[in-house]
Amino acid sequence: MTETLDAGAHLSPLNARHEGLGARMIEFGGWLMPVQYSGILEEHRAVRERAGLFDLSHMGELFVEGEQAGDALAYALVTNPPTLAEGRAHYSMIVAPDGGVIDDLIVYRLGAQRYLVVANASNAQVVSDALAERLSGFRAVLDDRTLAMALCAVQGPRSVDIVSPITTVDFGALKYYAIAEGTVAGIPALVARTGYTGEDGFEVFVENDRADELWDALLAAGSSAGIVPVGLGARDTLRLEAGMPLYGNELDRSTNPFEAGQGRIVKLDKPGDFVGRGALEKVAADGPKRRLVGLVMQGRGIARHGYPVLSGERGTGVVTSGTQSPTLGKAIAMAYVAPGDAEPGTIVDVEIREQRVAAEVVGLPFYRRSA
Amino acid sequence: MVPTDLRYTKDHEWVRVEGDEATVGITAYAADQLGDIVFVELPDPGRALAQFATFGVVESVKAVSDLFAPLSGEVAAGNDKLAASPELVNSDPYGDGWMIRLRLADATETDGLLDAAAYDALIAEG
Repeated sequence: MTETLDAGAHLSPLNARHEGLGARMIEFGGWLMPVQYSGILEEHRAVRERAGLFDLSHMGELFVEGEQAGDALAYALVTNPPTLAEGRAHYSMIVAPDGGVIDDLIVYRLGAQRYLVVANASNAQVVSDALAERLSGFRAVLDDRTLAMALCAVQGPRSVDIVSPITTVDFGALKYYAIAEGTVAGIPALVARTGYTGEDGFEVFVENDRADELWDALLAAGSSAGIVPVGLGARDTLRLEAGMPLYGNELDRSTNPFEAGQGRIVKLDKPGDFVGRGALEKVAADGPKRRLVGLVMQGRGIARHGYPVLSGERGTGVVTSGTQSPTLGKAIAMAYVAPGDAEPGTIVDVEIREQRVAAEVVGLPFYRRSA
Repeated sequence: MVPTDLRYTKDHEWVRVEGDEATVGITAYAADQLGDIVFVELPDPGRALAQFATFGVVESVKAVSDLFAPLSGEVAAGNDKLAASPELVNSDPYGDGWMIRLRLADATETDGLLDAAAYDALIAEG
């Protein structure tokens, strides 16, 4: 099943648009995707101040449908999707029997018996395979539409102004973490009020053959508001400021949801068994062995993925992501540290090129938009 | 075409030799490839550098890159402006975005560096 990626990177249905805009392309999760257009800092600021348009067609779209679709997902994932009202969504994870994170996900309830699970590009095939296996025995079917669907996101404070004039979806009624069917620029679409930037915004799912049309319409609708196309580079700095984990950095198979600060999504009180329950009950009872924290560097230097974190002479953990925060003007990072060093206000050292630089442990997120 | 009065390295540094001193920076091509530069770490004056030794780092939003001394010598000065304004490396790589000044140990090393035409050919290859 995974060999499909080996034939070379998938091309987004919007690839020609990216070429036309002069984007710098990278391979990410088995896809050739834009990392930047005008520059990461400019794109980052556009999303914080106005709006940005993202191509997220590399994300995995997995539809689960059937009489027992909800029960099947409650067995397959750590959350309890049947508790979602129709048209609502939640953040979720799929874990291995040992509690290790296979991927983090958004689960949308589209109807009484119909759900959409959105997975990271790099894990879409693994998640698809795991779901297919875990659905067996339930009256539910999986439809992996990853290669058939395009996804564009509009993120930023001007998102409502930009998208509402061209959609049939009522944004007054579409709350944060909700989804509705409608049209955008006349194109049939699923419109979700979700994102990965810390800003208000929308994610618009359409069929591949309408992707160019959607992209052009969103750029045109946003031009007076100053929308710009935004690549994966700024997507990473935006999500880091917003304290959101990235699979491969903060999350992987050796990490459990409690360590990652996501214990609240693990519904140990839901009825029935679910994959990982035993292991996660133990973590919940014993407490995690390490904790994900925010760091703000106090000395000069940027903490990067993999740099050691020390507490006095003792190694306490490792940096998972770090950058110079464009919004805060400081070097920020996320790191795993020992539970005893996880309290905000604790001072630790990050080893940067064999030198120690002091950093303060802070709560996440680093950035929260004003309501 | 890159500035013709400078010499270059394969690591995308430039050198402006003036007597027994040289000014060192990274080329516009390097700055563009790195993207928005947000941090520069430079050596203190007085440090001795062997030719092609690492003398500092330049960090873009996404990546960390080493800086290599194009010539051997002693660091006479670092560009202090880059601590507060690392973006000068992007906006003016051959001017205000300079990195260090070196007191050269052996000016003849300069002969081994690329001239503008050779460096242009190098970056044209990609």
